[in-house]
Amino acid sequence: MSGPGQVVRQVLFTNKAFWRNPASAFFTFAFPLMFLVIFTTLFGEDEIPVVGGVTVSVSTFYVAAISAFSVISACYTNIAISVSFQRDAGILKRIRGTPLPSWAFLLGRVVHSTIIAVILVAICALFGAAFYDAELPTRTLPAFLVTLLVGAASFSALGLAITAVIPNADASPAIVNASILPILFLSDIFIPFDNPPAWVDFVGKVFPVRHFSDAMQAAYFSPTGSGFSGVDLLVMAVWGLLGLVLAARYFSWEPRK
Amino acid sequence: MTVAIEVRGLRKSYGDVEAVRGIDLTVESGEVFALLGPNGAGKTTTVEILEGFRRRSSGDVSVLGDDPATAGAEFRARIGIVLQSTGVDPYLTVRETVDLYGGYYPNARPVDEVVDLVGLSEKRDTRVLKLSGGQQQRLDVAIALAGDPELLFLDEPTTGFDPGARRNAWEIVRNLSSLRKTVFLTTHYMDEAQNLANRVAVISNGEIVAEGPPSTLGGRHLAATVVRFRIPAAVADVPDWGQVPASDGTFELRTDDPTRMLHDMTHWAMERDVSLEALDVSRPTLEDVYLELTHELGATAGSE
Ligand SMILES: Nc1ncnc2c1ncn2[C@@H]1O[C@H](COP(=O)(O)OP(=O)(O)OP(=O)(O)O)[C@@H](O)[C@H]1O
Ligand SMILES: [Mg+2]
Repeated sequence: MSGPGQVVRQVLFTNKAFWRNPASAFFTFAFPLMFLVIFTTLFGEDEIPVVGGVTVSVSTFYVAAISAFSVISACYTNIAISVSFQRDAGILKRIRGTPLPSWAFLLGRVVHSTIIAVILVAICALFGAAFYDAELPTRTLPAFLVTLLVGAASFSALGLAITAVIPNADASPAIVNASILPILFLSDIFIPFDNPPAWVDFVGKVFPVRHFSDAMQAAYFSPTGSGFSGVDLLVMAVWGLLGLVLAARYFSWEPRK
Repeated sequence: MTVAIEVRGLRKSYGDVEAVRGIDLTVESGEVFALLGPNGAGKTTTVEILEGFRRRSSGDVSVLGDDPATAGAEFRARIGIVLQSTGVDPYLTVRETVDLYGGYYPNARPVDEVVDLVGLSEKRDTRVLKLSGGQQQRLDVAIALAGDPELLFLDEPTTGFDPGARRNAWEIVRNLSSLRKTVFLTTHYMDEAQNLANRVAVISNGEIVAEGPPSTLGGRHLAATVVRFRIPAAVADVPDWGQVPASDGTFELRTDDPTRMLHDMTHWAMERDVSLEALDVSRPTLEDVYLELTHELGATAGSE
């Protein structure tokens, strides 16, 4: 079978297993949507300015922010944890002993996570349009889709890279969450920003999460223009490439001793 | 007859640990070859070098004409692997799993045929999660067969099997060899090697200590008869039978000519009116031979 055919096959089997695993289906899929409902219920009344220069209600803001979080959850968190489990279970090693090219296996995982991310974002967007006054970004759709895909690709690469420092599957949820949760809080995702302190701004500038959230907001809410935020996308892509390089160098197919 | 696996002077060290210390192996195609040895002897290290998972420290290795350290997908399409410990996705069913792995190979066997072959027909639609340990191992074998490989590696394929499942696994291996497939297996069990293999190599402490068809394996040891007896402490002037007796005066002598040895002993005893207490003449079982082969070297290595 051809390489692309193999990738499609991997995606289908990964998908089958994904939905049968209650933990992955719940934490990856239900979690972001739950956050959307909880945050908008708690903080949804106020009005805040968002990237793109308009002022929206906080619940509208959350539609874009939680869309970004969904991508991070489906790609970074999901890939890092499930790949660590597959590595500990010896599945990765077994795959290495077959003629399937390694890249086809990994790309299959990334494509699957991206599909999950797209579905999540679509649900967020439809939900937001129905209940939170977040108009579907139809006018800026190209920017919205490109932002989504750059985010999915970059966070997938980072998810693969982080497995290199995860000693075993049991430690993976702790390490993955410790690496992402603080940044999520400091990056205009869980808590909307209005004049954050300088150091928080700095954290946001360095790491890719805030850039992703900003790019998502711009693509969602820009009243004029294409909604593309070039610099944010560039920073995310650089992080993604860094992740790819680190993964290529340090990714392990066998359980780490 | 062509050679499937050729190994010369293979060595592998992990830091200070020398796991494999210069072994030679030749496996002809169509042969069932067993690498027999105790825990930590270097079996997994050797097989995983042949499979291409680990890098050797030195030596020459050729598997199906390729060097597994550098060979690519074409090489892996020709071999099937059962690792000592690996899992599969717990949420896929038996059929789905065999289908998934078979699909990686150019000439996959029909899924149901493979599932039947390993005796999992009744579990074909069961998720891996719900299989017993032995059933999961059978699934491992099924996965290795899914791509219809020419050469099959089995690292301890029956450890943990119940006796029935072991017989089944043996049957599967015999089927393979009747299809002219080459099988390289490792095992702790002498009877397994005996029952399945055309040729056996015994490995201990990273060295091959015996090699040959199972019927003649350790021939020298198997031929030897052990004569055991005790001489009361009061008896002086005990001849030197090539051995210092144990503290209670027990001798344990090994001979290829028990008739003559017994004649000499009893003649000596009768002359002095001494009785050879607890006299016992026995021939070692295969298990004894194996234990002895692997123990001897362990002792030598330990005293280095
Ligand atoms: N990855 C490793 N790193 C360090 N030492 C290792 C490694 N793998 C094996 N060893 C050591 O090499 C020696 C041989 O191990 P190996 O796993 O090859 O034995 P084995 O014959 O397969 O044993 P078993 O019957 O228990 O499976 C052992 O002393 C083991 O501790
Ligand atoms: Mg082993």
